[in-house]
Amino acid sequence: MPCVTDTASLPAGAGENLTHNVQPLLHEIRHALAKLLEDGDGTVIDLRSLPLAPGEEQKLLDELDQGEVTAQIQALGPTEIIETRYPGVWVVVHFNNDNEVVGKFIEVCHIPALLCSQQEDIREGLERLSHHLLEATT
Amino acid sequence: MSKDETLGEALRQQGISRRGFLKFCAATASMMALPPSMVPAIAAALEKARRPSVIWLSFQECTGCTESLTRSHSPTVEGLIFDVISLDYHHTLQAASGTAAEAARETAIEENYGKYLLIVDGSIPTANPGYSTIAGVSNVDMLKEVAKGAAAIVAVGSCAAFGGIPHAHPNPTGAVSVSDLVKDKPIINVPGCPPIPVVISGVLLHYLTFGAIPELDSLSRPKAYYGQSIHDRCYRRPFYDKGLFAEGFDDEGAKKGWCLYKLGCKGPTTYNACATTKWNAGTSFPIESGHPCLGCSEPDFWDGGGFYKALSMPTEDISRTAVYAIGAGAAAGVALGALNRAKKAKATKAHEKVTINDLEKGN
Repeated sequence: MPCVTDTASLPAGAGENLTHNVQPLLHEIRHALAKLLEDGDGTVIDLRSLPLAPGEEQKLLDELDQGEVTAQIQALGPTEIIETRYPGVWVVVHFNNDNEVVGKFIEVCHIPALLCSQQEDIREGLERLSHHLLEATT
Repeated sequence: MSKDETLGEALRQQGISRRGFLKFCAATASMMALPPSMVPAIAAALEKARRPSVIWLSFQECTGCTESLTRSHSPTVEGLIFDVISLDYHHTLQAASGTAAEAARETAIEENYGKYLLIVDGSIPTANPGYSTIAGVSNVDMLKEVAKGAAAIVAVGSCAAFGGIPHAHPNPTGAVSVSDLVKDKPIINVPGCPPIPVVISGVLLHYLTFGAIPELDSLSRPKAYYGQSIHDRCYRRPFYDKGLFAEGFDDEGAKKGWCLYKLGCKGPTTYNACATTKWNAGTSFPIESGHPCLGCSEPDFWDGGGFYKALSMPTEDISRTAVYAIGAGAAAGVALGALNRAKKAKATKAHEKVTINDLEKGN
């Protein structure tokens, strides 16, 4: 699976064609982080809805860098979740089964919702475990 | 998945976890150009959604639109076809052929009358019905027959939406768009040559999620994707604002990635999502690859005066105009836009053909 912080694929000359959207995005993240701290409200930024020049997304990811947590989910293809060097700021990248990116988000929250076990899955897991134990005792 | 089963039920039966479903919804929101805050609402709606019957009619077309959809990088393309919608008729994709295929279309109409979604790609010839027929039925007759029982129609591609290339001068087949023939049904135009695959999927998913057609612009295009010009969302826009333009495909300006306006870019008069959604798994879009936008999602783009001709060039020197635009702000931009539109309309009226000189950036 491609790594979201891989800089080896940067095209030569990248950085010349800038929209200058990286700095405003970092400010948006700063505001979102302050809001999270003050009233607990999270923010999600869809990176694919923004006009970014070649190399700018990588520049943003380089600025955010990698923090303490890296997680992978396998559900309808892999999902890579990385806490950046700013706690509370996460990079979430969804891939499909062919390892193509189908969604790329910056989530400003205590923990991305997708990492939490979901009620429906817990319920189903409980049923499976109960069934397994029942089978084992009979 | 049966038609009575909800999508949520079907996905759980297939062993897809709630987590997987939420991921699907997050990608769907992104695809529908909706804010991520809408994900819970999308999840709630999709969970209860029942898959609609879809009939896809292909008329005078090159199959590029179907190619585009089936090469969609979204996680939903197989899901879209096999789970999310019931694609009851598509003569390119379906296994059945001949009488069996046509019987499938008739059955779908009968069983879902008033509720099915009709997707059309390709323009419809009116000069002579024999120019394009399916199973001996003319395109006009088949469109009218299937449209009667449709809940809504999606015209996929510039041919179905505006007549497209078959409609270009001198239009030998008398090609027209779906909206030229059908006046009593809601029509969503999804133009592009071809349209961006995730835009096609996104429009279908919007209908499925909300049970209604999305908000449309004056050309019946979904505003979520066609609400802003390529120019306004282009990463090269800052160079336009500074008056920095490539004058040739291999000059210093081109190498520095400057604005392609002088090379015939139709970005300022073209409304589409290419600059943000991009193509090929989000890799790039034509301008990012160094090529001017052709304006393929606009009516009559083929007769717009030449792809490489700076048709929209104002009579004033563009660098000077751009400097004034920076000084005068939006007013100058609006005036320039009006001038561009007037020139485009004039060229369209004159049905100017693309010549070899145009391809070589002749003046």
